Amino acid sequence: MPTTVPRAMAPSQPLHRPSEKGQELMFRKITLTAATALALTAGQATAAEVDIEVTDYAFPFEGPFGSFDQMQLQRGLQVYTEICAACHGLELVAFRNLSDEGGPELPEEQMRAYAEFYEVFDETLFDGEGDFRPAVPSDHFPGSNLANAPDLSLMAKARAGFSGPYGTGISQLINGMGGAEYIASLLTGYEEEPECALEGEPMDGFYNVAFAAGGFPASCIDENGKHMVPGSWIAMSQPLWGDDVLYEDGSPTDIESVSKDVAAFMMWTAEPKLVARKQAGLTGVLFLTVLSVLLYLTNKRLWAPHKNKE
Amino acid sequence: MGGIPHDHYEPNSGGEKWLHKRLPIVGLMYDTLMIPTPKNLNWMWIWGIVLVFTLVLQIITGIVLVMHYVPHVDMAFQSVEHIMRNVNGGHMIRYFHMNGASLFFVAVYAHIFRSLYYGSYKSPREVTWIIGILMYVLMMGTAFMGYVLPWGQMSFHGTAVITGLFGAIPFIGESVQVWLLGTPNGSISQPALNRFFSLHYLLPFILLGLTIVHVWAFHTTGNNNPTGVEVRRTSKEDAAKDTLPFWPYFVIKDLFALAIILAVFFAVVGFMPNYLGHPDNYIPANPLATPSHIVPEWYFLPFYAILRAFDQDVWLVIAVNWITFGIIDAKFFGVVAMFGAIVVMALAPWLDTSSVRSGRYRPMFKWWFWLFVANFILLMWVGARPAEGIYPYIALIGSTYWFAYFLVILPLLGVIEKPDPQPATIEEDYNAHYGPKSDGAKPAAAPAE
Repeated sequence: MPTTVPRAMAPSQPLHRPSEKGQELMFRKITLTAATALALTAGQATAAEVDIEVTDYAFPFEGPFGSFDQMQLQRGLQVYTEICAACHGLELVAFRNLSDEGGPELPEEQMRAYAEFYEVFDETLFDGEGDFRPAVPSDHFPGSNLANAPDLSLMAKARAGFSGPYGTGISQLINGMGGAEYIASLLTGYEEEPECALEGEPMDGFYNVAFAAGGFPASCIDENGKHMVPGSWIAMSQPLWGDDVLYEDGSPTDIESVSKDVAAFMMWTAEPKLVARKQAGLTGVLFLTVLSVLLYLTNKRLWAPHKNKE
Repeated sequence: MGGIPHDHYEPNSGGEKWLHKRLPIVGLMYDTLMIPTPKNLNWMWIWGIVLVFTLVLQIITGIVLVMHYVPHVDMAFQSVEHIMRNVNGGHMIRYFHMNGASLFFVAVYAHIFRSLYYGSYKSPREVTWIIGILMYVLMMGTAFMGYVLPWGQMSFHGTAVITGLFGAIPFIGESVQVWLLGTPNGSISQPALNRFFSLHYLLPFILLGLTIVHVWAFHTTGNNNPTGVEVRRTSKEDAAKDTLPFWPYFVIKDLFALAIILAVFFAVVGFMPNYLGHPDNYIPANPLATPSHIVPEWYFLPFYAILRAFDQDVWLVIAVNWITFGIIDAKFFGVVAMFGAIVVMALAPWLDTSSVRSGRYRPMFKWWFWLFVANFILLMWVGARPAEGIYPYIALIGSTYWFAYFLVILPLLGVIEKPDPQPATIEEDYNAHYGPKSDGAKPAAAPAE
């Protein structure tokens, strides 16, 4: 596979043309978020039982009828391109996927133009010695630039594991909380270091209330071995502060909105066939429901002569 | 078949007679499909069909997945993602296969508990039971090896834990582990992935073969039924009063149940396909980073709980360790307990001393049985919790009850329990629910039980 390197971080062309429909969708979504957002503290099933704070953000792809908001995915792509891509890769996604149905659905010429901002190393060029060329739709996004920055392609599925309460996974099942909520919570979860942390040795990294797997100061652990504050210290410095990007469609750019946009985008990179899958599931359930009604009636009629003989 | 007198296939046309003389395959199919089946079977007798369907589903989806999967440590994870992203319908096929394993175990546990409650394992159906347990063990092996193939974090570190169990066997453990993994130092790499892939493809076909033997065995003895009373074999007329042919009565009934179960299955695959899996398996395997909490799939959890229950603080483990001069340590004790839990279940036909087959007529057994089911769910839950705090004690109590149920309760109950009166015939039981209108009872929508 050719290696891809980003040539420019910000695409000069607008990634999306906001339609009125898109605006309306977003507006409804945001009011819905304000009404339903509630902070849930789910027990992370790690040996140390770290509490993390994950907010149950509302996403348009939740529930059996949910699907991706194309405009949100395009905004998320912009956030990824301008901010995340500096360190994190997206290896499993090909540029052509950006035009796939059920995804950001960039028009083909925009997708091609976007791909050209990346350079790939092609071994076949220059008489087999290899050379750089602009990326084409069949090329993949580059890998991570930093050794300790994980690839983001599958992050929304790999980080869905806060299955409280008591490991039953009920909050995940009832609230539909998954990796996208986690990612948005992590991006908005940077806080001032708690008092207790200032007492001991200075910590490496940054305090984040949604991150479970990081370092934790001994001075914040009480005599029973319990953590006195949620979260832990993450190596990644705070990437979003609010107003980090400028959206063409004038959508809000506060930290929460931007975090949700990029989290939705990552849900798509992790599960690009989500919309098709839900449709297939719905068709299957409907078809089998009808089939079981028919079989129920057949069965009833078949057994009738053998039940309650006249 | 079944020693139950009934009509057999008679070839009529010339062509049928010609074939029947040379290969009586139509007769075999006829006798299999038309087998006299106790007419009072309830809805717990549908799981066999569900299991056959699931086995076929897994084999078909599996064969398609193999066309795109690459069993190489550097490419396995990528090839699974290739299936999820680029293969037409690949994401559905893979999710069917992944969740099909869960459907398989839901069905097999219901099937096993049905047998335990209605005494289906008792004479003369011991061979059916033993083959069934063998199939269950093969299913577990197949499911485990299938979980390894995507080569994610849980695949890799789960393999380390499970093959490590074999390493705990005294004297030969290390050699067994080397043999399983194919590497001299116990490291998990390409040879392990290759042989797991090979066996994951092979075992389902052995399961298919055993399915035929399993069906053959209970077609020889006849089905058990909710009363546990045998079908009358005195004459064809008597037998006909107790039974109805499998086709069409039970085929349609089973298909109706299957359609409902598949509707639920479709909802899981369509709307929450990753709920039953572990998110860490979407991280490529990394030998250097061990997940903080290694959990097997849900269907292994009760046995995982039993494995971990017997740690070095349990007095029984300490005593055995001392008596055997340290040969049987806590780790090996746990392994023996885990496999022993299945062995004692296999021995149920000889441990259960009651002459009454069905739990329906056993007033004391009923309580112990439902406690056994509740205990199974408790073990499943505790198996997913970290081994710290109160959880090991719960696991220990649950494991103890598992063994006590088979080794103490089943043998004792047969002696001390006074069973309720049983119906004389299946017809009597059936008529009590759907009988002649003489008692003026309204026809019930649901069958017996």
